Amino acid sequence: MKRFDDTTELLLQLGDSAMIQAQRLCELVGGAPALEEEVALMNVGLDLVGQARNWLEYAAERIDDGRTADDLVFLRDQGEYRNLLLVEQPNGDFAMTMAKQFLFDAWHKPLLEKLCNSSDERIAGIAAKSIKESSYHIRRSSEWIKRLGDGTHESHERMQRALDQIWHFTFELANPYELFNTLDTDNIAPGIKALCKEWQAIVATILAEATLTQPETAENNYLSGREGVHTENLGFVLAEMQFLQRAYPNASW
Amino acid sequence: MQAGELIAREQAELTEDHVTLAWSILDQVMDPEVPVVSLTDLGIVREVTPVGGHLKVVLTPTYSGCPATEHIEQSAKQALEESGFNSVVIEQRLAPAWTTDWIGERGRLRLKEYGIAPPIGSASKPQLDQTIPCPMCDSTNTNEITEFGSTACKALYQCNDCLEPFDYFKCI
Ligand SMILES: [Zn+2]
Repeated sequence: MKRFDDTTELLLQLGDSAMIQAQRLCELVGGAPALEEEVALMNVGLDLVGQARNWLEYAAERIDDGRTADDLVFLRDQGEYRNLLLVEQPNGDFAMTMAKQFLFDAWHKPLLEKLCNSSDERIAGIAAKSIKESSYHIRRSSEWIKRLGDGTHESHERMQRALDQIWHFTFELANPYELFNTLDTDNIAPGIKALCKEWQAIVATILAEATLTQPETAENNYLSGREGVHTENLGFVLAEMQFLQRAYPNASW
Repeated sequence: MQAGELIAREQAELTEDHVTLAWSILDQVMDPEVPVVSLTDLGIVREVTPVGGHLKVVLTPTYSGCPATEHIEQSAKQALEESGFNSVVIEQRLAPAWTTDWIGERGRLRLKEYGIAPPIGSASKPQLDQTIPCPMCDSTNTNEITEFGSTACKALYQCNDCLEPFDYFKCI
């Protein structure tokens, strides 16, 4: 994988994670369990597409090789994507969909909080805009974790199962990443070194309220979304998302 | 000032009068999704300044993923150019982030008349347990059906007295 400067790498991680999470949510158009939930899932997806665009437009300017944000989304292969492994995993049932959303939100919101203080004004501006949206995303997803976890026998079982299944992909959220050190000291993302602890604290609080059992902290393995080493699931997401631009290059509407 | 006068002196320096005129034109451009409130009602026009014989208009998007953003930018440019301003430059600015606190009194009234409950309270000083009055009968006996409505900016409520469902323009 070609590496860019640290700030650009961060922008790609943010943009790609928001984009793939949004794409997964959009798979539920016409297939959510209730109309209100479908509207909510699409609202969240739309916010994330907008945020991804803001991050990737800035990334494209910094990369400066003639590619636009659209090119980055529609024409990169999976090895060039920097999204978290968590967000590329399939939606599964509604418990899994919300478990993924919550674990993502619990990482996303505190990260945006730090970026609001970035010495890079453009990053601070996008973060301040995004955090308003991220605040109601996490409010909603943590409500669902509690409602299903502390709900009926079946909803509890299914939420617990979803957590247990998805948990091993949370190592990227729970454990520090080397890039954090330079981003922190350069004030691009001041305080980002504390992010993993904050993620763990938010998750522990909500899971306890939801009467769910938290699995052991997930350990690093050979995969790394941020380094472009993905699960095969990302390939299927991209195949659908990129089909039109690949089959009909430069098609527009 | 008439539009014709503007066209006649398109090369001339733009004055304060032109800026005032531009603001009043933007005040006639409606939001495509809530067509009773104008761009200035929403508070998304941040700046109108003459730059070397051209107008520069700074707009801020409401939500990151608002699909109306491009449409709004285009209609603002078109309205100004149809009134005689030449090559209007539209600039998008994210910071400071848009807040519903920027929706003026008239905008709130227009939302209510249209059947959308205007944002309650202030985004900068959030309060818990806000009651949202029904825009139809003013009853405060209402309940939230879902925080996510037909567009990103709205939540869905229902009035327990007149039983009408209604949109609430979320306070952010
Ligand atoms: Zn009523």
